[in-house]
Order: sequence, then C-alpha cells, then structure tokens
Amino acid sequence: MDWKTTIRKNLRQYMMLIVLFGIIIFFQILTNGILLKPMNVSNLIFQNAYVVILAVGMLLCILTGGNIDLSVGSVVAFVGACAGTFIITWGWNPHISILLCLLIGIAIGIWQGFWIAYVKIPAFIATLAGMLVFRGLTLIILRGLTLAPFPQGYLAYSTGYISDIFGDVHLFGVRNTTSLLLGILTALVYCIIEIYSYRSRKKKGYTVENPFALGIKLLVIGAAIIWLFYTLANYRGVPRVFIILGIILIVYSYLTSSTVVGRHLYAMGGNEKAARLSGVKTDRLLFLVYVNMAFLASIAGIVFSARLNSASPQAGQSFEMDAIAACFIGGASTTGGIGTVGGTLVGALIMGILNNGMSIMGISSNVQQVVKGLVLLAAVAFDVISKQNIRFTFLSKFRRKKREGTEITLQESSNA
Amino acid sequence: MKKILLEMRSITKEFPGVKALDNVNLTVYEGEIHAIVGENGAGKSTLMNVLSGVYPYGTYTGEVYFGGQECRHLDIKDSERLGIVIIHQELALVPYLSIGENMFLGNEQHRRGIIDWDKTYKKAEEYMRMVGLEENPRTLVKDISIAKQQLVEIAKALAKNVRLLILDEPTSSLNEQDARKVLDLILKLRNEQGITSIIISHKLDEIDYCADRITILRDGCTVETLDKKQDNVTEERIIRGMVGREMSSRFPVRADTIQDEVAFEVRNWTVYHELYTERKVVDNVSFKVKKGEVVGIYGLMGSGRTELAMSLFGQAYGSNISGTIIKNGEVLALNSISEAIANGISYVTEDRKDNGLLLGSSIMHNITLPRMDFVSRKGRIDRDLERKIADQYLELLSIKAPNVEQYVNNLSGGNQQKVLLAKWIFSRPDILILDEPTRGVDVGAKYEIYEIINGLASQGKAILFISSELTEILGMCDRIYVMNEGKIIDEVLPSEATQESIMNAIIQASKGGN
Repeated sequence: MDWKTTIRKNLRQYMMLIVLFGIIIFFQILTNGILLKPMNVSNLIFQNAYVVILAVGMLLCILTGGNIDLSVGSVVAFVGACAGTFIITWGWNPHISILLCLLIGIAIGIWQGFWIAYVKIPAFIATLAGMLVFRGLTLIILRGLTLAPFPQGYLAYSTGYISDIFGDVHLFGVRNTTSLLLGILTALVYCIIEIYSYRSRKKKGYTVENPFALGIKLLVIGAAIIWLFYTLANYRGVPRVFIILGIILIVYSYLTSSTVVGRHLYAMGGNEKAARLSGVKTDRLLFLVYVNMAFLASIAGIVFSARLNSASPQAGQSFEMDAIAACFIGGASTTGGIGTVGGTLVGALIMGILNNGMSIMGISSNVQQVVKGLVLLAAVAFDVISKQNIRFTFLSKFRRKKREGTEITLQESSNA
Repeated sequence: MKKILLEMRSITKEFPGVKALDNVNLTVYEGEIHAIVGENGAGKSTLMNVLSGVYPYGTYTGEVYFGGQECRHLDIKDSERLGIVIIHQELALVPYLSIGENMFLGNEQHRRGIIDWDKTYKKAEEYMRMVGLEENPRTLVKDISIAKQQLVEIAKALAKNVRLLILDEPTSSLNEQDARKVLDLILKLRNEQGITSIIISHKLDEIDYCADRITILRDGCTVETLDKKQDNVTEERIIRGMVGREMSSRFPVRADTIQDEVAFEVRNWTVYHELYTERKVVDNVSFKVKKGEVVGIYGLMGSGRTELAMSLFGQAYGSNISGTIIKNGEVLALNSISEAIANGISYVTEDRKDNGLLLGSSIMHNITLPRMDFVSRKGRIDRDLERKIADQYLELLSIKAPNVEQYVNNLSGGNQQKVLLAKWIFSRPDILILDEPTRGVDVGAKYEIYEIINGLASQGKAILFISSELTEILGMCDRIYVMNEGKIIDEVLPSEATQESIMNAIIQASKGGN
C-alpha cells in the first residue's frame, strides 16, 4: 500500500493526533508550562482514566453498527454503590467485594445484551431504560446518601502510586527510580517485540517495511514512552490506575486489530447482513459487546469510587456522553465498522486536556461545556465532509451565483 | 434530416488515477431510443452522470448541447428543468410513502406550501394510466412489486415533463415478462408522445428489441455508433465492440466433468416464509447434484429459488424448515450458517451489495471473512498469511485491482462479483450454491465467471447454479430443474430443452395451480 492511500485512509486519525498536539502546545503556552508539569500529567491520568476505560467499551459497541450505551454512567454509580454497601455498610472483605462488583457488572451486561441482541430492542432504547433503572437502583441502595470512606484495601488497586523499591537511589535525579526503570523496561519490551516480528516476517519472506523507517518509529515511540515515565517519576511515580489503563488499552487494541473476534466486529459494522451470511454470529457478538461494556463500566465504577473515596448517588452523571464523544472525536464512524482503540484514546485525551487546560486557566465549567460541544461537532463534521465531498455542493452553489451574474453581462454585451 | 436533441462533444472525465471517459462523443436524435452498451467500467454510468448533472460542470471537460443550447449543469435540478430525467438502476423510491407521494416527491402539487392531495392523486392516476400501472395511488410503494416500482419511476419522470429519459439497467431486477413490459412501455412513450430515451443495458436481446441506434463504449472511449436501419447489427458485432475481441461463443465449452458419486442430495425440503409463517415458499423439493456437475435451477422471481438456496445454507432464511440434506451419503443437520460453511457448503448471494460484500473494507478482508480460521491460530490473525492468500486469489480470478488493500466499493461490478466468488472459493466448499452469479456483470466478465465455474466443476465440486437468464442456464448447466411457486415442476437436459419449452412448462404449471 502506498503512503498516499495510508494517509487518506487514516486521515481523520492523523488529523486528530495533530489536533491533540496542537491543543497540548496551545495550553502549554497559555498555562505557562503548567500543563506538562509532572504533577499535572499525573493529575491528567487520574482525571481521565475512567473515561478512557468507558470509551474503549463504547468503541466496541459503536463498531458493531453505531450502537451506543447510554447506561454506563448509571452503571458506574450502581457498581460504586454496591461496593460502598458491601465494604462500608456491611464490612465485607474489599478484595472479594471488588470481585463481586465485577461479577455484578457482567450480570448487568448479560441483562442488557439479552434485550438488545436477542429480543432486538434498539440499543438506544434498551440502554436508556438501563440508565434510568440503574440510577434508580443506586438511589434506592444508598437511600440518597453518600457512603464514605473506603478502607485502604479497596483504594490500593487504583489510587496512589506504585511504590519505589529503590528507596534512596535516585537514578538521573528522579524521585521514583522504579517508575523510570519501568518506563525503560516498557520501551525495551516494545522494541524487542517489534524487532522480533520484523525478523520473523522477513524470514518467512513477507514484505516488510523499510528498516530505516522501523528504526525511526521505534525511536520516536520508545522516546515518548520513556519521556512519559520520566515525567511521572519526577512526581510521585506511576499512578496505579495507569497500569490498569495500560493493560486495558493493550488488550483491546490487540483484540480489535489482530483477532478474529475483532475482525468480526468490523465486518458486522461494515455490513451486518453480509457478515451474518459469512458465518459471523452477529447476535452473539452484539450480546458479548454489551456484556463487555458493562464489565468495563464496573471497572470504571470501582476506579471512580476509589478516586472519590466515596459511593455517591450522583456519581457518573453524563459519563456516557464523554465516552461517546471520545469515540467519535477519535474517528469512529457513526454507522459502525470504523474506529480504533488508539483513535479513541486520542479522542479522550483531547477532551481531557481541554478540560484540564481550561480549568488551570480558570475558565468556568460552563464555558468548558460549550467548547467541548463545539469540538465534538467540528470533529464529526470534518469526517462527514471529507467522506461525502459536501464542499462540492457548497462551492458549486457559490459558483452558480457567480456564473449567473457573468451570463447576464455576456448577454448584455451581445445585445449591445 | 432528423433533429438532434442531444449532443455530447469530446467529454473527458478523470477520477484520481483513472480516466473514466476519454473524448467521448454521443449524438441522440429527437424521438429515438438510443442504447448505450459497454462492459462494466466502460464509462456508461459516468457519461450519464455528466449528462444529468451528478458531476457538475467544471469537473469534466467537453461540451454538452441539449436542444441546440449548451448546458452547464451544476446539479440534477438543472438537468431536470430541461427535461432530462435519469432513472437509476437502484430505484430511488421511498418505501413508506404512497405511489402518488413518491411520484411528486420534490415536485409537490402545492399552494403556498400546503399540499393539494386531491390534485396530487388525480394527476398521479393520469400518469399511472399512461404507464399502464393499475394500482391505487394511495398504496405504499413497499407493498407493490419491483416491476411496478419501476413503472412508478417512469411515471415520476413523466410528471417532470421529461424530454429525454435515461434508464440505467431498467430491467436488471425484473423477470423476462416484466422486462418486456417495461421495454414495450418505452416504445409506446416514443410512438405516442415522442419521448426520447437512452437505455443502458447488458441484455443484448433487449437492445435488439427496442433500440434504434446503439453506441458502444469501451474503456472510456466511443467505439462506434450503429444504426439499426443502415448497419448490419448483430449480437456478435456488439460483443466484439464491447470486449475488443472476437468472442466466438458466449459460453465456454463445458467439458464432461460429472462423476458418478452424488455429492449433495436434498429430500422433501419445505420452508415457510420468515414473517408470514403460514405461507409456504418452498414446497417439498427434492433434488440431487453429483460431484463435478453444474445443476441449474431456473425460475421466475418469486418462484422460491433464493429461499430454497438460503434455507439450505444453514437456515439463513425461513421458518419451520423440514426435510433432509445429504452430503456424500451422510445426513447433515445444519442449524447455523457457520455450520453450513464448516461442512463445505457455500452460498454466493444474488445481492452482492446488500448481502455479499463489506463495501467499505479491503478485498483482503472480504475474501477471508467466511473462514477466518484458515488465516488465524487460536483466534489470532496471521495478517501476513492473510495477505498472501488474498494475493493468490487476486491472481487466480484475475481481479482487476492495484492490490488487495483496495476497498471493494472502488471496484467495478464485475470485479466485485469476482471478489464475492473468491471469498466463497476460499472457504473451500464441496457444494457451491451460486445465486445469479452474473447479475449486473458485463459480457466479458460473465465469460470469465463461467470459466471459473467450469474450473470449479472440474475440481469435482458440486455446483447449484440459480439464474433467471434462460440462455445462461441452457449454456452452462448439465441438468436443469425448473421451479415455480416453490415446487420443482420439471427436470430437463439442456440438449433437449429450449427457452420456449421451459417457459411453456412454467406457464402450464401456473395455470394448473390456479
């Protein structure tokens, strides 16, 4: 595939990556460098972890054919409420409670997936119902009150930072040597996997990319990984939730790009009937996608309640909208079949950095909403226009007016 | 001297990387029926899109004169104002609106924005009478047959005061009787109202039936324009012009590849309608296909051919299915499509766009979809292997595309059909059910597809060939079952049958049924 097609094919994703860098630079300047300070980078991760987790699940729903899940915000609250009740009210073991919460998430997914995939209720309606049901259940369980605080055993998974086993050794002067070493290790593992796959493909006689291009790619991505970990190491280290996030991103990125299930998802979104007639079990796939969504929502519920250190009945309000917006900003198609985990991450980061940057600058949250809405609109408009060439009609309308004008003058001159 | 209605002079239209039209000239006289023929990708539709304003002035070079005036259409409205109306192959009717509403869509009979329903339906009735459509104009379009929908489209064009009617493959989804009715209507409109028509078709017998002059396009260039009155117009001459080479026969020779062993047998197969579960669509059908045999199933639209095929394919269609499927002597119980595929049964759909292909995906992803297990291990796709296999099929079926990354919606109809075939050949079937495998495909690509089918038969595959083109069935099959109203009413050998005898059998059976 030549590079032109590659670029055209991924235009929106690259575009959004460029926009992301633009926004970073913009706020880096306007906030006098606060945006990329180690403490703020750490904050960014804490603030956006749950949105990214939800957006990944939402992406899979959207891939199957533009289906969305409106209930995730309520599920986040409901799972948090369950955790609060188990641990705070009843004093259960936090580890077992977490496991139980994940199972509750799966059960919610089975419930919703059943209605959507097998009874064939439109996902929009079924999850709208779920949104009301689970918000209501949350209020019932909590009796409208907030439960707090959680014990350390519950918080340990997703709050705080990985501990530094090197104590007083400060490699390159960073505060948390373990974090830096973890970053170097990650970058190394990444490079080794890439080089290994390059060599084995070459051995089997497949066409491989230019070794020079590969080298640059490894260098850039490796440097980015190390920079990120270095920055985090300069604050209090790698946030634990970052590890959870990393695992989810890697697993789902792999799932969508390299597995049969992933391919079937894209096929279903591309043409459901054709996929079904090719032996793809579309009903089961849709079911599993919603089970998975609720499962990820329950993880987000645990992460979010731990971050607040409370189970609140108002938790997770409008999270579904943030997740959906992240997917579409990140290049997912509203009709399904197009979109990637990487793109979704970019979409979530754009939203997150807009939030964070504007907050640092002291812009009110009311204005922030307006800006985020416009960004979503612009991103999708860009996609629609680049696909349908609407520009043409616009321009031709202008041209027509111009032409009609000139024609009149032509006629006049001929009369004369 | 006849009056020239339309003249297109040295039209050139380029798409990124492709010259779709290269200096094409077209002259249409007032009151004639002008046929445009050419292989898929020859530029027929592009030319009509230039004419009707789908491609606005400025995106092509050359000049268009209509009724002696130069036109520079910027959109379809511009051309419709002059009376140029195009009816596309895929009908553009709104299913949940009535016939009358559809007819005046965009052209509503209104006073200050309030629709005058009495006038709408009265005028609709007038136009419906003109096209010979006997229906209540308040009937929803979804409730009438495709043949009647085609008539609605023509009536809609008449309501726009059409001077030049362009019909893109008007009969591609009609059976032969309905197709003939549409052609007769076009002839009648010319004789009675002097409406000029341009008709694009792959069916040469239809062109022979109604066209006065024929323009042949090949690879974006005009080959020649034939006048039926002056030139000696034969099918051979047209085909030669279209494909650029002599084509001695429209069908490759079928070698005797039939083996004695019965590969596929169906006994007492009965299927009920998917929604109206009390309606029988396939009625106690039994048949056999031997290894290496090409068996035809001929029937008109609605005879239950597709329903039979799809119900055999892992119950992809129908309800309350009963009967036995025997493959190589073993009884199979197929409850899902994936089971059917795993048992070596493939179904190539008649509707490649809606049911067959992922148009927005690459050729490679389309080919491997039915058997991802062949290119994956433990659920992990080996993308290099996948590409290698797709490359092989690209070559094997000579699919014209730069590479396997190419999106399927950028391919011509014939090449899309080949991708669809490649996909199902890749699934390594023993029994291949082909449902209208050459629909909307040009003569050259048809011949290639026939050769592919013969090649598959010679490998010992059992092939069920469903078609509504009798010539094709007679030219390709070793044995033919004739289907009508869900039943197999006759079994004939092509050497003994003629088009007339088969049609006769169907007509007799229909009478008997009533």
